[in-house]
Formats: sequence, structure tokens, C-alpha cells
Amino acid sequence: MNKLQLFTKGIVKENPIFVLLLGLCPTLATTTSAINGMSMGLATLFVLVLSNMAISAIAPRVPDKVHIPVYIVVIATFVTVLQFVMQAWTPVIYKTLGLFIPLIVVNCIVLGRAEAFANQNGIIDSALDGLGQGMGFTFSLTVLGLVREVLGSGSVFGLKFISGDGILAFVMAPGAFLCLGYLMVLFNKFLKK
Amino acid sequence: MAAESNLKNMALCLTLVCLFCSAVLAAVYVVTKDPIERANANILKESIGLVLPPGGDLSEERPLEVGGLPSVYYVSSSAGTPAAYAIQSSTVGFSGPLTLMVGITADGKIYNTSVLSHSETPGLGAKCATDEPFMTQFEGFDPAEKILAVKKDGGDLDAITASTITSRAYALAIQNALAAFQTIKGE
Repeated sequence: MNKLQLFTKGIVKENPIFVLLLGLCPTLATTTSAINGMSMGLATLFVLVLSNMAISAIAPRVPDKVHIPVYIVVIATFVTVLQFVMQAWTPVIYKTLGLFIPLIVVNCIVLGRAEAFANQNGIIDSALDGLGQGMGFTFSLTVLGLVREVLGSGSVFGLKFISGDGILAFVMAPGAFLCLGYLMVLFNKFLKK
Repeated sequence: MAAESNLKNMALCLTLVCLFCSAVLAAVYVVTKDPIERANANILKESIGLVLPPGGDLSEERPLEVGGLPSVYYVSSSAGTPAAYAIQSSTVGFSGPLTLMVGITADGKIYNTSVLSHSETPGLGAKCATDEPFMTQFEGFDPAEKILAVKKDGGDLDAITASTITSRAYALAIQNALAAFQTIKGE
């Protein structure tokens, strides 16, 4: 597998949301608008790339029986760093995403990539893998957020194009499941061709 | 190849990783401490500016009990007499604490309100911080003329669609602030 494929497989063939169905909790919860989905995606991308790199660097020296706690500590560290940074320089986004930032620690995409890829591959390959998966995640969350925002609030990236409310159900949990389901169908239909 | 999983290796590895991670966190904490404080102070300053009439000399923060919880308030005075009060008031919303800054003029009317922090559902209760029609109904609200409660509870407030609990919490926070305002006035 060449370097380009390492990067692109996370976006299309192994898209974490539409194909692997990983990390659905933050996906369903934070995609009430396109901007929220995108912020959450980028936050996860940041953690994913750094934790993948760090884990691929230390993996050869970590005893098997403690590898999960070690990975979790590494991931939690990056998430906390991200929390500090967001609180300091993007307090508004931090306020909106709030609880879901610390929850990146238990996002199964991050631990999944560490387990399935980073601990057997080099730093550069792992960074590319993390970047690809992160972009795939960001892309999926932005699209899902956009669809829900258009239907649920009648706006695009915060710009309203109708007055009043949209179809409220799409902002709530049932709408998240519905949108995700249909987007998944579409994505897989085009992928199969 | 992974190191052997014996007690010495495992303890050493975990200790080193945790030590290193704590060091990184400590460093980042030191670097971001001031910017975070500044960002928080900015949010506070902005919301005070929003809920008080323009002009007037702002006092330092003063302690006050609001709704049974320790809180703070600020006084804006013009020519030595207090003209308006900004009272910080916290209640429990739908999914966590909801903290407001409530501006009350000396005649007991609400000047404006602003959300300091909340953890309401995005797209629903979270609208209490962004929804124009909901927020503007508190501007110039006179508690002597109208009832500070959502219509469902027999009051005069329009609740946020599908977020009655948040709207109730919002109204309660203002009520607590008004009660605290009476205490300040009584002193």
C-alpha cells in the first residue's frame, strides 16, 4: 500500500462513519449543525494524528499486558492538551462542544487506529493514517451536520435561509439516526460502483 | 518486538509514560493558564456590558447569595448613585447548570439577560443563548406588570420550542436574581 492510499483509505474505502461505523456517539450527538460537526471532526483529527504518531513511536517498548492503559494515557493527554488550547483560544467552540471534547478519549476510532494500525507501523505511515481517518471523520460529520442543519434549522453554516424553525425532529436524536442511515445508504451505493 | 510482560517492565513502562504525560500537561497548563483566564474574563466582561445600560462606573465584584447559592454581583453607578445591578445567577437546566448574568435597573425592571455558561442540548435548549425572540422578551421586562414564568405555567413568557425545562430554568434564574436584588435594595 503506498503513502497516498494510506491517506485516502480513511476518507473513502474505510471511512470511519459511513463504512466502519465507528465513533457513532459523538457523531450523532454533535452534528446538530455543520459548524459543530466540523469542529468536532477537526478536534478528533488533531488527537488522532498526534496519538497515532506517539503510539507508533513507543509501541515497540510497551509490554503487551499494559498496552491498553498506556495508549489511553497517551490519548487522554492529547485530549487534555486540546481542551486547554481550545479554552484559551477558541472559547466559543469549546462552549458549544463542551462535554464531547473530553469524550474523545473514549472515541473508538482513536483507540481503534492505535490498536489496529499505529502499533505495527512507522511514525510517518501512522500520521498519514491518522490524517486520513481524521479527514474522513471530519468530512462525514460536516456532511451529516449540514443535512441536519438544513432540514432542522433551515440554515447553512449558521446562515438562515428560511424564517422560523425547520423540522425540529432533525435536530434531535431521531433525526440524527435517520440522516445517518440515509447518508450511509447513499455513500455505500456510490462506493459499490 | 514488544518488551516482555513481567512486573518490572510493566511498572516501569506505566510509570514512565504517566510521568512524561503529566510533565507535558503541566507545561501546557502553564502556557495556557493566562490565555484561559483572559478568555473567561472577556466572556464575563462582555456579558456584564450586555446586561447593563451603557455608561456608568462599574464596581468590583461583590459577594451575594442568589437562590441559596453563593454568587456575585456588580453595581453600575452614575454620579454616585447605583443605577443598575448585574447579578450572576445559577440554576439547573435540562442537562446541567445554567448560569445567567441578569441586569436589573434601580427601579426593579430587567434591563437585559445573558447566558454565561450552559450545557443544554445543542439545537434545542442551547437556543437560550442564541434565540433572538426568546432572549429579547426579557429586555425591559417589568416583573410588576408581567408574570415571570413560561405560558405553560400560567406566566407571560414564550418558551423555546421543545425546551420547556430550559426555559423554566431560565425564568427561575431571573426570579432568583430579582429576589436577590430586593435583598440588596433592602440593605
